[in-house]
Amino acid sequence: MTEGYGAISRRDVLKTSATGAAIAGSLGPGNVAMAQAQTAAPPHAAVSLKINGKATRLELDTRTTLLDALREHVKLTGTKKGCDHGQCGACTVIVNGRRINSCLTLAVMHEGDEVTTIEGLGSPDNLHPMQAAFVEHDGYQCGYCTPGQICSAVAVLEEIRAGVPSHVTADVSKPSPMTTTEMRERMSGNICRCGAYSNIAEAMAQVAGVKA
Amino acid sequence: MRPFTYERATSAQDAAAKVAATPGARFIAGGTNLLDLMKLEIETPTHLIDVNGLGMDKIEAIDGGGLRIGALVRNTDLAADARVRKDYGVLTRALVAGASGQLRNKATTAGNLLQRTRCPYFYDVNMPCNKRKPGSGCAAIGGFSRPLGVIGTSDACIATHPSDMAVAMRVLDASVETIRPDGTTRAIPIADFHTLPGQTPHVETALEKGEMIISVALPKPRGGTHIYRKVRDRASYAFALVSVAAVIGKDGKGAVALGGVAPKPWRVEEADALLPKGSKSVADRLFAGATPREDNAFKLTLAQRTIAAVLAEAKA
Amino acid sequence: MKFDQPAGTNPIDRMKVVGKPTTRIDGPLKVTGHAPYAYEHQELPGAPDSGPAYGYVVGSAVAKGTIRSMDTSRAERAPGVVAVVTHRNAGKIAKGNFNTAMLLGGPKIQHYHQAIAVVVAETFEQARSAAALIDVDYARDGGAFDLAVAKVDAPDATGSDAPTAVGDFAGAFAAAPVQLDQMYTTPDQSHAMMEPHATIAAWEGDKLTVWSANQMVAWGAGDLARTLQIPPENVRLIAPYIGGGFGGKLFLRSDVLMASLGAKAAKRPVKVALPRPFMGNNTTHRPATIQRIRLGATQDGKLTAIGHESWSGDLEGGGPESATQQTKLLYAGANRMTALRLAVLDLPEANAMRAPGEAPGLMALEIAVDELAEKLGMDPVKLRVINDTQVDPEKPERPFSQRNLVRCLEEGAERFGWARRKAPGQVQDGRWLIGMGVAAAFRNNLNMKSGARVRLSPSGQVTVETDMTDIGTGTYTIMAQTAAEMMGVPLAKVTVKLGDSSFPVSAGSGGQWGANSSTAGLYAACVKLREAIVGKLGFGPGEAVFENGQVHVGNRVADIAAAAKGGEIVVEDSIEFGDLGKKFQQSTFGAHFVEVAVDRYTGETRVRRMLAVCAAGRILNPTAARSQVIGAMTMGVGGALMEELAVDKRFGFFVNHDLAGYEVPVHADIPHQEVVFLDEADDKVSPMKAKGVGELGLCGVGAAVANAIYNATGVRVRDYPITLDKHLDKLGEVV
Repeated sequence: MTEGYGAISRRDVLKTSATGAAIAGSLGPGNVAMAQAQTAAPPHAAVSLKINGKATRLELDTRTTLLDALREHVKLTGTKKGCDHGQCGACTVIVNGRRINSCLTLAVMHEGDEVTTIEGLGSPDNLHPMQAAFVEHDGYQCGYCTPGQICSAVAVLEEIRAGVPSHVTADVSKPSPMTTTEMRERMSGNICRCGAYSNIAEAMAQVAGVKA
Repeated sequence: MRPFTYERATSAQDAAAKVAATPGARFIAGGTNLLDLMKLEIETPTHLIDVNGLGMDKIEAIDGGGLRIGALVRNTDLAADARVRKDYGVLTRALVAGASGQLRNKATTAGNLLQRTRCPYFYDVNMPCNKRKPGSGCAAIGGFSRPLGVIGTSDACIATHPSDMAVAMRVLDASVETIRPDGTTRAIPIADFHTLPGQTPHVETALEKGEMIISVALPKPRGGTHIYRKVRDRASYAFALVSVAAVIGKDGKGAVALGGVAPKPWRVEEADALLPKGSKSVADRLFAGATPREDNAFKLTLAQRTIAAVLAEAKA
Repeated sequence: MKFDQPAGTNPIDRMKVVGKPTTRIDGPLKVTGHAPYAYEHQELPGAPDSGPAYGYVVGSAVAKGTIRSMDTSRAERAPGVVAVVTHRNAGKIAKGNFNTAMLLGGPKIQHYHQAIAVVVAETFEQARSAAALIDVDYARDGGAFDLAVAKVDAPDATGSDAPTAVGDFAGAFAAAPVQLDQMYTTPDQSHAMMEPHATIAAWEGDKLTVWSANQMVAWGAGDLARTLQIPPENVRLIAPYIGGGFGGKLFLRSDVLMASLGAKAAKRPVKVALPRPFMGNNTTHRPATIQRIRLGATQDGKLTAIGHESWSGDLEGGGPESATQQTKLLYAGANRMTALRLAVLDLPEANAMRAPGEAPGLMALEIAVDELAEKLGMDPVKLRVINDTQVDPEKPERPFSQRNLVRCLEEGAERFGWARRKAPGQVQDGRWLIGMGVAAAFRNNLNMKSGARVRLSPSGQVTVETDMTDIGTGTYTIMAQTAAEMMGVPLAKVTVKLGDSSFPVSAGSGGQWGANSSTAGLYAACVKLREAIVGKLGFGPGEAVFENGQVHVGNRVADIAAAAKGGEIVVEDSIEFGDLGKKFQQSTFGAHFVEVAVDRYTGETRVRRMLAVCAAGRILNPTAARSQVIGAMTMGVGGALMEELAVDKRFGFFVNHDLAGYEVPVHADIPHQEVVFLDEADDKVSPMKAKGVGELGLCGVGAAVANAIYNATGVRVRDYPITLDKHLDKLGEVV
């Protein structure tokens, strides 16, 4: 039918499983170890974090992402799982002052780190200025990407102030200006399918004290 | 994701030795690509050695000129470094064109070089893929190939290397400095660091088992206008259809490397010499022997036109 | 309450609360992360101290075929695994009324990533890991995956989608002095809402409760009962917050079924979220279309012949994308025809996505109108204006209930600076080619029966209960505004509870019918509550005025709370719509104006300015309505420039099935957006006099972008999305 993939295309039977290749092959030493690993309890490790100012010690399956540690273990569900693959930004939290995708980092890699989630920025009765601006400018609709947008927005204003360059900075040898063009570029790792971008830019401009 | 044991490395050499000696062991630094692939069981390490505590996060001047970038310098910090912004603008530009702010805060210099292809068939474990499962075939050939490679590919694999940073490093003639499990070190020119797929697309770099990147050295600044032009379907947070890294002097001479078109940052030194002759000559040389597919043949036109845009910008 | 006569003056007309820009009452919860979405519900009946178990769904590796054998033993032995459910041990499973394919596949496989198993384990990590240990042996069948091939012998759609014909289209088209005959294509698209399909299921005996992300609570609960073959009264579906839907969560999907089956097998609550890479193929999508449009006009631009045909595909038993819908109603013209043709394809199930029909239909039709305007040498705004109609062109005895398309176009042109638009390819700004485009927006207004319960507490708090959902539309807020207006109380005195199948059945969120229908249902319940209050107070006959927390009848005044001092007053009613929708064509209108810049070197398009002018009846909350429209405009930019599920025609699946491969707009793609609502109130649609806007905002955007690109470049692209490769080689040489 087409070059390169011929043999497979004509096969009418397909056997699958993610581990199929290893299992179908000869059972070498590596596979024996794997089989043992399957029946034993998965490896765990301890980690101590400071989450929204509160010291937290967790004993976790090493596979647990920071996102799942927050949502499923600490029950801080404000941080959202939109894609679990670093493609949407809904899981954005601030770790040691920097925003990251909490889905693409293991909790056990954050020993001693300070994590700020959306719950740590403000509460319904005491909103952070960025949270208040999102409400005022209707910078959301379904609300699912919103915690990530807000954590990112808070960090983005700091990044611009700190002089971190961006893709739209005209002259990277100079500090970036505080403009909504800079904000839009820097916020692009936070997808909002409801399409609240125009309003989010206005909310951020208000907090930054610049013209939208 | 398969279960794995986890440890924090104590020294670079120790980490290298352990990865070499332990079946299924892998380094983890930023983790943004490795964990993504582990969730899909495209990567299946059984032991992770976290190298984040090893330092290697400084950018230092090299005696006689140049910069040495620690393997663990985050993309954000590399882009924001005043020396890089002043003397290696193409590198800053390439870095900030890649991924998102969040990812750049985590992703490291070494990890960026080592990131794996974004070919959608590589990412779908139900599909044949010689890179993921050697010998299984290449579903991308004859399939949806729009984002994939047009040159340097083979009949076993048409994946592209997704990095922006590496394209800039290629035009800057960087070298990748490593430590081996026996403690010896070496410097690998970036031109030789990534390998072409041939019949072994699962082999992607010149690294030996356990060999670990400790830094990337940039030679003395290359004067001229530094440009990184990334072309994509949406304005940000997307991989390149085509990208062009260029450093071009007032005399119109310089160097150019391309991303989004090949399994590695694509540079042909003879093409550099053709820069004063214009984009068509350069593109013709860069793409001599290209094997585009129906879906991605536009990349040849796009590359030529993007080089033209870069030359116009350099002239302006 | 039956709504079968145009609404007279009613308390909503006071517009003291309704119609005012109002920030969302659920806003503080959403911006602080305290609004609980489906997967986040914490108090679960029957959960052990360790909490619920986690389910991970396994999808079919082939598009069509049969499972010959399945080995789940390794998964069952894996650490932490509690249960593995497949077709072999799931019990009898039926297909829901709203589904085309089975939600649990096997042994027959109907599409790629059709769910074939759920692995339930103590932790998410264990469930995901064990799911990869299931070995499946498939016999793969060939299938039809290429619409362009399958369209050749696709039959006409039937029922309400059957072909229509008025006058003599063929004769009029042949005789028309100016003709346009073109083909257009739109791709498969994915809803790609940010919250993946997610459910927690908990059984208590034979009673099942699911916390699930679902736009249509009653449909979801009903189909869950039907699928599991259990009595509907045994199912409760709860959906207080939904992280976007766009049609993707209209129906029962595999997360609900697999969580329910998993929970039953595990004998404890189970959480399931579909992994993002399942989005493209496990769930539904908007199907691709191939459309042919023929327009015939006189030299002065009067349309004499309008023909629109559209081909789309779906699984056996599915339906067409009704892309010709707007063409029956948008422009005048004596001779007309439409036809939908439906091919059988073995791709995943096609179904509704935001503005089904009109969204892809207008992407084509409104390019065609732009092309005709150019042939005529006429301004495209003017061409649309002179072909306006105030009656249903297929049934001229049916007037539109209200139609202000012309005002939308003219006011938009004025505000946008349309007069500055030049001929194609004439405006440059450095390396950018600049162009402006316009398109009409049109979407029918639909009404659905909708119920609500209202409570008045002794403290004067008004509580609204309905199974209506807020998928980002602002339902919480407009319901509170409606109750506040009707009962004469401030917003703070209203509590709104949504999304629970134990509440009265509402219209649900779909087809842009939600806002008008659900508030109308609440209006009906509030009318009843007002009567109950007056009755309790013994205020006799006379017009009751509710304001400032009080009720006045004649000279008598009392706090409404006084009526409840002997105990809470609870009333329930619903709105049912009569035949006003038959007597009057009810639609919503708008005009989209877009300015783009196209890089003359690389062909990349970036949107610079966007304006929408909308005529959609009374706007209940201009803040939330504006957000609906800007969000739809954003989705329209995606459809115009980047969104496409890429079909692998050999393996029969959508290849780019995650958010890295399926690109949707990001912040940097979207400029500041302007929205204007015309001041309207449509008394034929409901006592609220409101219509929908959430889908209207999407209709026509893609074509406005396409037309702007043409105006910038002089190169016409009729194949969406308009990615750079489609015009690159026609943009003129660069060296």
